[in-house]
Parts: sequence; C-alpha cells; structure tokens
Amino acid sequence: MAKKATPKKKASRAKSGSQPGSAYFMVDADNRVERHTMAVMVVNEPGVLARVIGLFSGRGYNIESLTVAPVTENEDMSLITIVTSGTPMIIEQIRNQLDRLIPVESVKDLTIDGPHVERELAMVKVVTKAKSPDRTEILNLAEIFGAIVVDTTTRSFVFAMTGLPDKVDSFIGLMRELGKTEIARSGVVAIARGA
Amino acid sequence: MASRKRMSGAEIVIKALVDQGVEVVFGYPGGAVLPIYDAIFQQNQIRHVLVRHEQGAVHMAEGYARSTGKVGVVLVTSGPGATNAVTGLTDALMDSIPVVCLTGQVPTHLIGNDAFQECDTTGITRPCTKHNYLVKETDALARTIHEAFYVASHGRPGPVVVDLPKDIQFADCPYTSPESVKPATYRPATKGNTDSIAEAIDLIAKAERPIFYGGGGIINAGPAACKKFTDFVRTTGYPCTLTLMGLGAYPASDKQFLGMLGMHGTYEANLAMHQCDVMVAIGSRFDDRITGRLDAFAPGAKIIHVDVDPSSINKNVKADIPIIGDVGHVMGQFTNAWKKRVKRRHNGKAIDTWWKQIDQWRSRDCLAYKKDDEVIKPQYALERLQALTADRETFITTEVGQHQMWAAQFLKFEKPNHWMTSGGLGTMGYGFPAALGVQMGHPGKLVVDVAGEASFMMNIQEISTAVQHHLPVKVFILNNQYLGMVRQWQELLHGGRYSESYAEALPDFVKLAECFGAVGLQATKPSEVDDVIKEMMATDNMVIADIRVDQKENCYPMIPSGSPHNEMILGSEAKAESSGGITEKGKVLV
Repeated sequence: MAKKATPKKKASRAKSGSQPGSAYFMVDADNRVERHTMAVMVVNEPGVLARVIGLFSGRGYNIESLTVAPVTENEDMSLITIVTSGTPMIIEQIRNQLDRLIPVESVKDLTIDGPHVERELAMVKVVTKAKSPDRTEILNLAEIFGAIVVDTTTRSFVFAMTGLPDKVDSFIGLMRELGKTEIARSGVVAIARGA
Repeated sequence: MASRKRMSGAEIVIKALVDQGVEVVFGYPGGAVLPIYDAIFQQNQIRHVLVRHEQGAVHMAEGYARSTGKVGVVLVTSGPGATNAVTGLTDALMDSIPVVCLTGQVPTHLIGNDAFQECDTTGITRPCTKHNYLVKETDALARTIHEAFYVASHGRPGPVVVDLPKDIQFADCPYTSPESVKPATYRPATKGNTDSIAEAIDLIAKAERPIFYGGGGIINAGPAACKKFTDFVRTTGYPCTLTLMGLGAYPASDKQFLGMLGMHGTYEANLAMHQCDVMVAIGSRFDDRITGRLDAFAPGAKIIHVDVDPSSINKNVKADIPIIGDVGHVMGQFTNAWKKRVKRRHNGKAIDTWWKQIDQWRSRDCLAYKKDDEVIKPQYALERLQALTADRETFITTEVGQHQMWAAQFLKFEKPNHWMTSGGLGTMGYGFPAALGVQMGHPGKLVVDVAGEASFMMNIQEISTAVQHHLPVKVFILNNQYLGMVRQWQELLHGGRYSESYAEALPDFVKLAECFGAVGLQATKPSEVDDVIKEMMATDNMVIADIRVDQKENCYPMIPSGSPHNEMILGSEAKAESSGGITEKGKVLV
C-alpha cells in the first residue's frame, strides 16, 4: 500500500530511510512476505515452461517449487503448480504477469481463492550399516509418517511418502539422524477443495 | 479454411501478409529466408525496403506502426539477422509497438545442431517479445502468421517473432484465411468494470485538485480514443499532463495542458502531480522516470488507473480505483457516466483555486533559457523548427538524450501519431530508421528526426536506405560533440569528470551526406538557423542539417534520480529561486 498510507505514517517511513526511492530499489511498504500456491493452466506446447521460468528469473521473483504435467484428456493443456513467496504487491504482479503470457489460459492463486489441498511426494533413501538396530527405528518412524517402503536392501530403505511440505521436512529430518540419506522431492501439487 | 491450391511455404507467407493488409516489409535477405525473397520478387502487392542493418529494420517498422496505427513488418534471416533485430524488438516491447518480425531459421532437421547461421531465435527473443513462435509443421504456417498479427495488435500491443525454418518455406502448405484464426488463450479485456467507472466518476466530480495523467496507451488505443480522452478532459475543465510517450494524445496548445511530466517535465506538471488530490492515470504506467522517489510520489492523491494491461496496475504505485480495459472503450464509458451523473458540481471554487496555483507555477517559466547571439542554443534551434514547420503536417522522431528531452519540451504536438521516440528502452539510433519508416507510411509529408550526433552515428548506415528508396527525411542534428545527457549527469553527479563523453573525430556531416547522395547543410550561428531549416524543408531529398549548438547547455528542469517531484532543479533563467541537489542515494540510480 505504498500510496494510501496516511501522511503521518509516510513521514515516519521517509525518516527511517527504508525506501530508497526508485523502482530499482522499491520496497513494498507492506513487506510481509507471504507464501502462495498458484495453479497455472497452460497450452501444452514446446517452450511454455521456459516462458514461465524465464518470467520468474527475469523479474526476480522466487520459485520455491514448480511442478508440471499435462492434465486434460487429450493432453493439450498442462497444469503448472508454482509455490512462490513475496509481498502482497509482488504476488499480485506475479499473477498478472503470468496471466499476460499468451499460452497461459488461467492463473489461480489458490492461497487467495479459497480452501485448497496441497501435497508433495518425496522419495527418501536411508543407508545404514547392515543389521544396524536403527533399521527397526527407521521402520517404526516410517509407519508413523505413513511412508511406504518401495525398495530395500540389507543396508538401505527407499520410502515413498506424501504430505504437506512440513510433514515431508520432519520425516526427512528424522531420517537424517538415523543414516545417510538421499532425497528426491516432487514439489507441491495443489487443487481447490469442493465442487 | 484450407484453400484448394497448395502453395509453397514462402508463397503462404506472402499471401498471409497480403491478407493482413501489409503494404510494406522492412528487411534484409540471407540464406535462411531466400525462398521468401524469391516469392517477394515474383509479386507486386508488397513493397520491400532493403535496410542496411536489421536493427534499423525493426525501428523502421516501429516508426511505420506508430505513425500509421498498423502493424509494422520485418523480415530478417537466421542467426545474426535475428540477433541484430533484438534491440529493436526490445524497444518495441518496452514502448508497446505492434511489430511482426519474421526470422529465417535453419531447416527443422538441423535445429539444435549448431548449423551455419543458426541461433536459438525463440529462446533469445522470448524475454524481448510479447510472444514468439517457431513453425515446425507446414499445417501451422498460415495460422501462426495470422495469430502473430492478432497478438501483436490486440490488447497491449507488442512485437511478435515468427521463426520460419527453411524447409517449411519450401514445403507444400495449406492456406488458412485470417478470419478463422484467433488465439485460444488470449482474450484481452476491452470494456471497463461499470461499478469502478461509477466510483471513478464520483471521485473525479468531487475532486478539488485533480489532474489527468495520460500516457502512450491512449495513442495506442487510436486517434478516436485520443479524441474521446481530449473531449472528456475538456468537459471537466481539469488540468492534463502527458508522458513522453503520450505527447499528442491531448493538443499541446490547449490551455488545460501543462506540458510533459517526469524527470525533464515542466515545473507546473510535476508540482501539480505532487499536490493533486485525485490523479486520473490513463494508459500510463508510473515509470520510474515519471514517479521519481516513490514514497514521496503524489502523497495526497487518490489514484484512478485505467490500463489495458492488468500487470501495469499496482506495479509501482497502488491504484485506489483500477480499471482494466481499452482506453477508447473506457473513455466512452467515462463520458456516458459523467453525462448521467454530474448534474451539478460543487467543486467549482476549489478548481478555480487549483488553477490559480497552477498558473503561479506556470509563471516560473521553467523552460526559459539564456538567449545568445553568437552560439546556437539547442532550445532556440527547436523553437525555430517548431515555428517554421507549424503550418505543415510534420512527423517528428528523435534519438535518445538531451535533444530528445528538448524536443519533447519545445515541439508542440496537436495530434497523436506524429511523435515517435524511444521512451522505455531509450535506444540511441532509434530516430533515424524510425523516420524512414514514418516516411514510408506518409509519402510527401515532412518527417524530421531530431537527433544528437552520437545517436545518429549509431544507425548512420541507413542513409543508404533513405537514398535508395527516395525517402526524403530530414535529420536535424543538435550537434554538441558530446554525449550530452551523459555529460550533464557527469557534471551534476561526478564532479565534472567527463569520462568518455566527448567524441573526437566526428565526421563532416555535410560531406558525409553528399558522399551518400543526400544533401548536407550546416548552421554555426543563430542567424543561420532559419535559412537551414527552410532549405531543409524545401529539399526533396534526404537532408542532414548539422546544427552546431552550445556544447555545455544542460537540459532543465530536472528531477534528480531519487528525488520527489517537488525537488526539481530549474535552469538559471527560470524565475525566482529554487534549490535542488542529488543525495548520495540518488547517485546510484540511473
């Protein structure tokens, strides 16, 4: 809200010097950084992902995670799920800038538009010594987190689990304490709740 | 509809251009576009202007587009042809100019193979175009070209690249007519939201210190939109200022016009922006050259922002009432809503006081400069150019720098599409090729490129194009032998250390013109300026007028980077005292 601030607030901001005063150094007066999940429906054509990613790097926006896959019956449209962060003014810009790309059909800011569900898939490999007593502990924890064993050897497990990024983080944190880990994560996919 | 007769890809390209109403193409041949050049050779509907450098081709297309309102078309080859076009494409993107650029490409089976004159054209031009296409299937060729024209000219206009591999140009392709083509996912808004418009009209009607701040979006919306805008501003009786890109959208001679705003805008325009209570921004984008220091920008203003591009809104400055739509439509809606709603206004007294304040600012005479009998002041040269061309329809283009700002300050634009300047990108070397494009669109009209000697040298090779195609443009060089704006900043910000801003070994522009078969004129004293301008106007050939101006003249008023609107530096001749300076923080800004 760079513009609508009251004169009093304005004076104090000018004094603090937090606003260097050019678009190049622009600081959003409301500098709460928010995390938003956006669902971007795009035409499934070569180069479309490069357009989206180029927009983020070219304008200095953050990408926390990005996933993409065709989602329509005839595979002519793809859904890109992007988790990004920024001040409310930047988030609005991101949405508008995405919408401006020609092959973008729609942009939904799921964080603003209403309740939605988010999930992330992680594959977690944990390597221990053979016959280590930690192996039992690892399996116990995996069960608590709902992680499924998809591969095992005498010295390792590979788990697949889904959940919110927080839950995935916690599980990975625990596994790191119990062995050497190798991680692959899908990034967040999300969809609005209800019909 | 696929037509009965199948044609080669190259013939399809020409047919598609003809069906899009294209009359002229600016281009340069090369290996990867030879089939298209062969097709050009065998037809008479489209004229081709052979440029001398691909950057020039894009600027010519821009000049053509901006002065005619049509889409400018460029044809270049692969590799270096495409990369040379990049500056022009970026310029067109920043200034929202509709351009379709056809680039040749190596055959599809060689793409990605580092073939001769191959480059990743769509990759390179992705961030500097509104959209781009690589045609890999013969079926898609005609449709893609039509779609490119649609995208370039609808919504917020911009440049579109269509990359055409050579095998596609040779292949048998079906033709599709333009009517059946519309991009599925591109639907720019035209009509503004009615509730927002009612709210805006309410705010405008009650304003006590209002100002209209119009930009290039009004020009892009067309002459009819400019007329609606002008009529609406006149109905309200409120002051109006325009951006560099917007000059001509409102008649400069109108008493409600305050001149250009921004870094080198007038004192009255910038002060009125700073102190207004209602700002009506139409087709303008709050560029950093306009706003100056953002946290001190129009501190007391409620802002109504009309723009066709939603991403322009709330980008730099929060709008209180955003309206997304085409300026022409929205101004029509404004006019209707105003007629319906405003029966009696109660702000007459406040508006009188506001105008009194504005007249006081006007009386500072911020554009005043020190007259001189011996040395030509650049402002004087432009005043004379204005006076002597006033009774002829004149198109002005500029290069970039001090002369550009002086031209914006001292030349008066009564109509849209008569002023072509590189605003967003600030491309030196823009004005001369742009003037050639303008002249192509307006044969017989007076086209003047107000230039600096340094900018002109950046695309000087196009003199050859001008002479070959009998384009009698006039290059009016305000020659101070310096990179004037760089020199000015070095004087104000870097202790007068003129690092690399002086050009030695400049050519003799008169002889230079002559060696190309053009006409060269020179003025070194103020008394010679009128004669040179008259002779220039009377010459039916390209003219270079070398006006030797004061080397040390600075362009004022100036809002230093990082300063708010009410801290302008005025020239020494402006009335009454003014203070101003550049802070340490301001120095790091461009």
